[in-house]
Amino acid sequence: MREEMLSILEKNGRIGLKDLAVMLGISEIEAANEMAEMEKEGIICAYHTLIDWEKTSIEKVTALIEVRVTPQRGQGFDSMAERIYNYPEVRAVYLISGGFDLLVILEEKSLREIANFVSEKLSTLDSVLSTATHFILKKYKDHGTILSKKNSDEREIITP
Amino acid sequence: MTKELSNKVISIKPSGIRKFFDLVSEMKDVISLGVGEPDFDTPWHIREEGIYSLEKGRTFYTSNSGLKPLRQEISNYIKRTQNIIYNPDNEIMVTVGGSEAIDIGIRALVNDGDEVIIPQPSYVSYEPCTILANAKPVIINLKAENDFRLTPQELINSITNKTKILVLPYPNNPTGAIMERSDLEKISKILIEKDIYVLSDEIYSELTYKNKHVSIASIEGMQERTILINGFSKSYAMTGWRLGYACAPKDIISQMVKIHQFTIMCAPTTSQYAAVSALKNGDNDVNVMRQSYNQRRRFLLNAFKEMNVECFEPFGAFYVFPSIKEFGMTSEEFAEKLLKEEHIAAVPGSAFGQSGEGHLRISYAYSIEKLKTAMERFNHFVQKLRK
Repeated sequence: MREEMLSILEKNGRIGLKDLAVMLGISEIEAANEMAEMEKEGIICAYHTLIDWEKTSIEKVTALIEVRVTPQRGQGFDSMAERIYNYPEVRAVYLISGGFDLLVILEEKSLREIANFVSEKLSTLDSVLSTATHFILKKYKDHGTILSKKNSDEREIITP
Repeated sequence: MTKELSNKVISIKPSGIRKFFDLVSEMKDVISLGVGEPDFDTPWHIREEGIYSLEKGRTFYTSNSGLKPLRQEISNYIKRTQNIIYNPDNEIMVTVGGSEAIDIGIRALVNDGDEVIIPQPSYVSYEPCTILANAKPVIINLKAENDFRLTPQELINSITNKTKILVLPYPNNPTGAIMERSDLEKISKILIEKDIYVLSDEIYSELTYKNKHVSIASIEGMQERTILINGFSKSYAMTGWRLGYACAPKDIISQMVKIHQFTIMCAPTTSQYAAVSALKNGDNDVNVMRQSYNQRRRFLLNAFKEMNVECFEPFGAFYVFPSIKEFGMTSEEFAEKLLKEEHIAAVPGSAFGQSGEGHLRISYAYSIEKLKTAMERFNHFVQKLRK
């Protein structure tokens, strides 16, 4: 049941409690309790909205930055990750296997701001060995949603 | 030309669904609840396999009974879901949709005047296919109070010494009814005793919401007298690919393949390659779709409950079949009024046989958001009628 609830919420965080309960075949109270419980356990962390900023007039630049760092004794990569993710302009930080260690996703208003962040804040951190910055040119699909997809139903209206 | 056309074909009425369709197509802003096909896209890995086969130039005929690897996958699939063994070499054939299998299955079994028992409400093609094969349809009018299941007594009452086939359409379109193992066991006993064939149309087998679907062919003594029909349309959202299959004893399949060979040649090659991927790698897609259908099913059932509209709980396919008897209209009148006043298209139950009268087939192959808007309008309509 949890898994099913989560998969509904992951697709539609705005779903009403009543609809959610009906779709799962449970009572509203059960649904509310389960959600509250999962929020408390930190399974449900936040409810976001997926926005295609490109369709607005607001400028946003997103970059993926590969970061190689020296792990800290006794803390591995965690303390380094923390120093990076505490910057509010950092959208995401992942520990990655392979050729580099941390993947940082950064969102800023301009290219210059990203450049500043990388050269002044990120590269200057003691244990950062190197960085490689990739700018995102276009988002096709995000969080499982195809951004350019039109919602047209091409089926015949009545079929047997 | 003055010479008249085939009297038999002329005598067949066009599908009641068609008539309603013509009405709908004149209107704008219609929210349709009338489709008998999934709203999901065919999963990408299946489509990709079809594309790849085209790129590779696999555009030739396949053998009449279908690609060997596909028949092998079908055999594996039936083994893992129903624990029935069909030899891919001579007990399985690939058809153009389940509908072709229905047609040639009936044609391969009947002689002139043989009777074919058809429980209704059910899919629209069994009756015309029977008539076109010079056999006689014997209709069982299934009852809402039995949850539209076929009871042993109803079956016994319809059997004569001419009875050749029972058509078993479960999980059912349009009612959403299912037959569970215990129901099938009782029916099987009678069929064995009276030596009757079964044409088991299991096209919705993956879409059940209570227990896993049980095929009548898995009941002892039934495989030898059953044509099991299934396909890819509903389970893998592949309606337009036109691909189904039939499994039966080799004596039957070899006759069916003859008809197929002279009328169809073979099922579409691209679809067959794609279908291999469906059966090999598609289990998870089916699970995801089933879960989503089940959520919508619960949503609709609850909506009708809140409106106080009588609706038995269907456990299969993607339809609910509410009763509209309280409004004192035929289902066609009701559906027409619903369409004109609220712009909602649903199929009148009578399109699926006389016993569907007084009901409406509502498909839930739509997003929850769409269903929600539709149910608001439906509720508005019902409240208006009750005033």
